[in-house]
Amino acid sequence: MNKKKTLGLSVYIIFLLLPIYWLLMMSFKSNSEILGGLSFWPDTFTFDNYMTIFTDPTWYTGYLNSIYYVALNMIITLTVALPAAYAFSRYNFMGDKHLFFWLLTNRMSPPAVFLLPFFQLYSSVGLFDTHIGVALAHCLFNVPLAVWILEGFMSGVPREIDETAYIDGYTFPKFFAKIFLPLIRSGIGVTAFFIFMFSWVELLLARTLTSVDAKPIAAVMTRTVSASGIDWGVLAAAGVLTILPGVVVIWFVRNHVAKGFALGRV
Amino acid sequence: MSLTLENVTQIVDGQYYINNANLTFESGSFNVLLGRTLSGKTSLMRLMAGLDKPTSGRVLVNGLDVSGVPVRKRNVSMVYQQFINYPSMTVFDNIASPLRLAKESEAVIKQKVIEISDMLQITPFLSRMPLELSGGQQQRTAMARALVKDADIILFDEPLVNLDYKLREELREEMRELFARRNTIAVYATTEANEALALGGTTTILHEGQIVQSGPTAETYHKPCNVIAATLFNEPPINMIPGRITKTEVTFDNTVHFPRTSELQSLQEGDYQFGIRPSHLSLLPKNDDDLEISVQVEVAEISGSETFLHVRNPHFEMVLHLSGVHNYTVDEKIKIYVPTHKLNVFHEDGNLIQACSRRVEDNYHG
Repeated sequence: MNKKKTLGLSVYIIFLLLPIYWLLMMSFKSNSEILGGLSFWPDTFTFDNYMTIFTDPTWYTGYLNSIYYVALNMIITLTVALPAAYAFSRYNFMGDKHLFFWLLTNRMSPPAVFLLPFFQLYSSVGLFDTHIGVALAHCLFNVPLAVWILEGFMSGVPREIDETAYIDGYTFPKFFAKIFLPLIRSGIGVTAFFIFMFSWVELLLARTLTSVDAKPIAAVMTRTVSASGIDWGVLAAAGVLTILPGVVVIWFVRNHVAKGFALGRV
Repeated sequence: MSLTLENVTQIVDGQYYINNANLTFESGSFNVLLGRTLSGKTSLMRLMAGLDKPTSGRVLVNGLDVSGVPVRKRNVSMVYQQFINYPSMTVFDNIASPLRLAKESEAVIKQKVIEISDMLQITPFLSRMPLELSGGQQQRTAMARALVKDADIILFDEPLVNLDYKLREELREEMRELFARRNTIAVYATTEANEALALGGTTTILHEGQIVQSGPTAETYHKPCNVIAATLFNEPPINMIPGRITKTEVTFDNTVHFPRTSELQSLQEGDYQFGIRPSHLSLLPKNDDDLEISVQVEVAEISGSETFLHVRNPHFEMVLHLSGVHNYTVDEKIKIYVPTHKLNVFHEDGNLIQACSRRVEDNYHG
């Protein structure tokens, strides 16, 4: 039984990691070797592909742009969603339940639907090809998700804690920052993770709403086709570097996410 | 220092949470709110604290209307049924938080926190997080935080309900000591009649959002103003038996009757309800005027070293509160004795007409 389990698990992991392994190997090979034939390990180990990315501004600014607008988006989304989720969780107001559901329905439409209005609007107000523009566009999808996840976590905190804090003499902002936020740490971690995932992976809006100054890495990667053909090695290296930020984020929030999946509304 | 509720009514979604409550609490008093769940105890406390606003009526502190004053500006503290602490702070910081917000110096804070935690026996845990403590210790922390600032009004909303029996007894004992020297208004909500009796002070009986009776605990206990008060302020609830007073006799039904005693002499003929506390019933005759009733055992409920014996005859059901463990089989026929001088007589509409006249020491353990 145990052997069977180990075997099954090994097969599963191999299938899971094979594409990533292949990408990693390709990134250390030269173009001629990649096109040459099947090999599981690079004959000549080379960092040239990575050097190209780190030295060529058209490549590395792609990363910087992506990181910049994703970070912006995370900041905006959390600052907007935290108070909103608190209001949904604690107060009754007219149409609160409808509004809450309507927020969520925003996520049901594919990003492509909003392409045209965003493009037209951004062109006319000068937000086209800016980091903040992309960040704001992503907020349309991320804010509802964040509100929804955070509301679940906040509703798990007894209202009596709020009241006790007011009785003790806390003002609302002080209570929110000092008492409430630490209580929903896991929720914020989970939310940040999902916001990051969407914004980092989303390509359609990010590519359409930018041209030069805020061009994301994913868009850069699709433009490696040159007169001499596709630069496979550099493309693979760029792919590896695209995965890395995700790995870093997951590393930081892994405990919170596990707890969050168990507790909250994910 | 006094807290007054003046014609306070709270209506939520068309439902009366509190219906025209009038109360006055003086400083240094210990006040128990007694009532079942949903009787309005918590609602009333929230109005006193200022967490909710009354729909109509006024809340006065020292004669000044404080209805609109936010809770932050009032000098109150509250302990909830759930153990409410700030999980991200140590026990020390939890207790110190109201003092820190009041901008006390660190030295004073430290001294006060140590003092109160000594009193509540949580000093060894000051550096721990609240969630690392047992339930009793968590509640002690919450109490310490409520007591550490010299609040004018301290509200306890069934603070001991979620604790185990032993701990509850222990904390209840301490409660009395904690308040003996304080000059605050303490309000304590409970569903248990015994707790109200143990804590003393004044007792206010609440039922369906209305104040049924309010007064010194002993007086409220001995002279319940109506059937509801009598039922609520006795554990297990007082036995109510419909009966009739004729020229010479009191009849419960055809088989059970006894001559009018001197206490019942002044009453007019007619139908009444007779209340007898379960603890006053016995299995052996104790007095000459004891009334013997033949009944069938329904169930003997054993609770600790006490037995609640549920019995019935064709016309009424009764509960006996007996000390010691008694075993009975179902439908066993036994005789019980009712001390007729301990009957509380209620009018048919439920109001008290005559309380039992002779008070006996053991009343308090009813």
